[in-house]
Amino acid sequence: MTATASGMLRVEDLSIRFGGLMAIENMTFDVREGEVLSLIGPNGAGKTSAFNAITGYLRPARGEIFYRGRRLTGLRPNAIAARGVVRTFQKTSLFGDQSVLDNILIGLHLRSRQHPIAIILGLPSVTADERERKAAAWDILRFMALEARAQESGSALPYGEQRLLEVAIALAARPSLLLLDEPVSGMNPAEKVRFMATLARIRSEGITVLLVEHDMRTVMGVSDRIICLNQGRIIADGSPKEIQSHPEVIRAYLGERARRADG
Amino acid sequence: MAHDLSVADHGPRTLNEFLQHCINALMLGATYALLGIGLTLIFGIMRVVNFTHGELYAYGAYMMYALVMKLAVNFFVALVLATGLGAILGGAVELVLLRKLRSADIDVTMLVMIGAWIMLQNMEQLAWTGVAHAIANPFPADPIVIGPLSVSWNRIFVFAIAILLIAVTYVLVNGTKLGMAMRATFQDRETAALMGVPIQRIHTATFALGSGLAAAAGALLGPIFLVTPTMGDPAAAKAFAIVILGGMGNLLGATLGGFILAFAEEIGVGYISSGYRDAIGFLLIILILLFRPTGLFAQKERIS
Amino acid sequence: MSRWTWLLVFVLASIPLWVTSLYFLHILITTTIFIIAAMSLNLLLGFTGQLSLGHAAFFGIGAYASALSSLGFEIHLTDDLAIGIGPKPVWLAMLIGLIAAGLCGFAVGKIAFRVRGAYFVIVSISFAEVVRLVAVNWVELTQGPMALNNIPPLTLGVSGVFELSFARKPAYFHLVLAAAAVCYIVIRRLVNSQAGRAMIALRENEPLAASVGIDVTRYLVLASVISAAMAGLAGALYAHYVRIVDPDIFLFIYTVTMVIMVITGGKGTLAGPVVGGVVFGMLPEFLRAFAIAPELQWVLLGALMIVVVFLVPQGIVPAASSWWAHRGRPPAHPEPPVEALP
Repeated sequence: MTATASGMLRVEDLSIRFGGLMAIENMTFDVREGEVLSLIGPNGAGKTSAFNAITGYLRPARGEIFYRGRRLTGLRPNAIAARGVVRTFQKTSLFGDQSVLDNILIGLHLRSRQHPIAIILGLPSVTADERERKAAAWDILRFMALEARAQESGSALPYGEQRLLEVAIALAARPSLLLLDEPVSGMNPAEKVRFMATLARIRSEGITVLLVEHDMRTVMGVSDRIICLNQGRIIADGSPKEIQSHPEVIRAYLGERARRADG
Repeated sequence: MAHDLSVADHGPRTLNEFLQHCINALMLGATYALLGIGLTLIFGIMRVVNFTHGELYAYGAYMMYALVMKLAVNFFVALVLATGLGAILGGAVELVLLRKLRSADIDVTMLVMIGAWIMLQNMEQLAWTGVAHAIANPFPADPIVIGPLSVSWNRIFVFAIAILLIAVTYVLVNGTKLGMAMRATFQDRETAALMGVPIQRIHTATFALGSGLAAAAGALLGPIFLVTPTMGDPAAAKAFAIVILGGMGNLLGATLGGFILAFAEEIGVGYISSGYRDAIGFLLIILILLFRPTGLFAQKERIS
Repeated sequence: MSRWTWLLVFVLASIPLWVTSLYFLHILITTTIFIIAAMSLNLLLGFTGQLSLGHAAFFGIGAYASALSSLGFEIHLTDDLAIGIGPKPVWLAMLIGLIAAGLCGFAVGKIAFRVRGAYFVIVSISFAEVVRLVAVNWVELTQGPMALNNIPPLTLGVSGVFELSFARKPAYFHLVLAAAAVCYIVIRRLVNSQAGRAMIALRENEPLAASVGIDVTRYLVLASVISAAMAGLAGALYAHYVRIVDPDIFLFIYTVTMVIMVITGGKGTLAGPVVGGVVFGMLPEFLRAFAIAPELQWVLLGALMIVVVFLVPQGIVPAASSWWAHRGRPPAHPEPPVEALP
């Protein structure tokens, strides 16, 4: 089975099981080149599980995932990253004790090829590579407007900037498809605006973005297309305007709110 | 070991040897199970890599020695006292060292436990010197002989007491309020605290209980083997093997694991080579962790 | 290299000139050998964050492999089939020791890193114990508890032209000092490279490291190989110094000594194992001056270990450099840790 021409990322028939529970059932969707696609849905709808399956952190019970025609299913996370698919994590995930600059340097891993023997012998190719890497790191810091924080410890940053640093680390890995898992959760309105601008810049670099997010304003503001999940299934797929007035979507969210109200 | 039966073929003789090994393994297995149960509580449930477990085992043996040989205390009373003293020592270790480290890295905890182990073992050596000590026991010296097999009274006693203690522990953990509190604490600390369970005291009590069981094992085996300062090291290794074999936190699994280890050792020693006896426990650890890290019995009753 | 480094090198190299006590020189030699072992352990424990408690195994494997290669050995696989090698020059034997330990590091790394956390600790301890028991019982190869003795000292040279012997202490001190310096430089280069950063990354946040393309197993194994090879070198140096090797070299207590050196000195720093090595290499001697029984020494060492871990969990070097950085000054910019040695 090969992917169709339209789908840069193709998820086919994905099913994920936790114990006896089906977290995701027969999910099929495409991510098209260059778009910003958002996955929304009530809690427990299976969004992060889908991310985990796509990026190799979870083994699906059934289904296949293709990226640019090549199979991703069954690969380990680092191999998937090498193919150009990089993700961020829902909970703040940094190399905490390292400086911001070092965090980015680590993220640049895939750009270097330093052989252990060359390292031990201290060959000039290694020194040259290190210089290039530092230069690339500064570029990314400037792109994310974090240069001022370069020497600070990652864990010392204010929350909003930590989340930006996470995105910066992911960008360092030179993704062609970036998966962002609730990137603005916990941010204040100003930080969210800053993030949306950052997302626009990322997009103008030609990077495709798959987003999981609860904050509706952000989602409506940045997405080209939205897919809504509920209880492990896709219930709607369309433009922001279509989704906003989609009866199933409204029911899913209303249903959740009613469930919560009942306690 | 086996009586010499004048039979034409080797069959019965090897069978008798085998059965004798089985009997030995049964006796030994019960004590190993006791060691394993104690560590299951501490390593399996509390998730503390308790490097002092072997030293509590040795401590139990040394206390037996001191009570029976130096203070002329009654053998059976001494057993109870040695176990109690072991529990107290364990509780003290938890109180003094582990309480402060509740939220620390696993490496830090492990290093502190290693430090405590070094201190305990060398203090034992200072106090009693490196000479091996023997402990007199009140049982008849002649073994019971059933056909070609023989078992000493001492070992039967050890077997019985070990099984008794294992049963008591099992009932304690599964059937009493204390046991319920223990299980609650180690499954979900926050909720247990919210429900009013005295977390700190449960930690200390569990550690003390596990240590007491180790001391009991030492007190039981001391009179059978000799008491030396380094006797705790192979015991600790075997205890870890048993806990891992049985599936962390699984009391029943650890019990069975104790017997399995004893059988493996007896067969290995009987038919391969005695020098590698202690290696069997280590090899088992390595193999289990590599191929079945959840242990052999993980699906059965679990506490954590 | 900076002026201060040259000064330090000069001072250290000149030690045999002004340290006249052969006994003290002996202490310095063994301490330096242990520092090499501690540095190797630091790579695995400090930088890669794997609590490997079987390190004495690699030290001992290096020692035995080197000693056996320099003495020559023969083992009988069956009654008719025997394999063996003839005695090799010591420098080659040491190389064999290093390689043998490195290969073991590779095998152990590949296998052992399938389990993590507390389980890995136990596997590593078990591995070392199995190796020790093999050394004790495989008498045909290792002479068991009767020890390998008459291990030849290191001599370099072209026969007939010149000969450099390292049998005497001053020369051997220079040898181990040079080896330690080389090892230090290797580790520093590694840490400041892509590989070193990958190791640190998987220590700090493994899932995140994988998400940016770091092959976790590959770097764990790399750390294991280099760490084991370096420990093997230390073992080989030890074997050709004391010239007698027995299975006690695999005892857990030696691993513990290395661990103490690394942790109290400061794991994950370059200078940490050096400082820790100096402190715990010299401390037993210092205690001996008070005529304390060896058991009491160990009790005190154990107590000291606990105290240090409680008071300065990050180790002496980071605590000292953080104190140095903030003395008198209000903590404005948190600076990256300053290494004691460049």
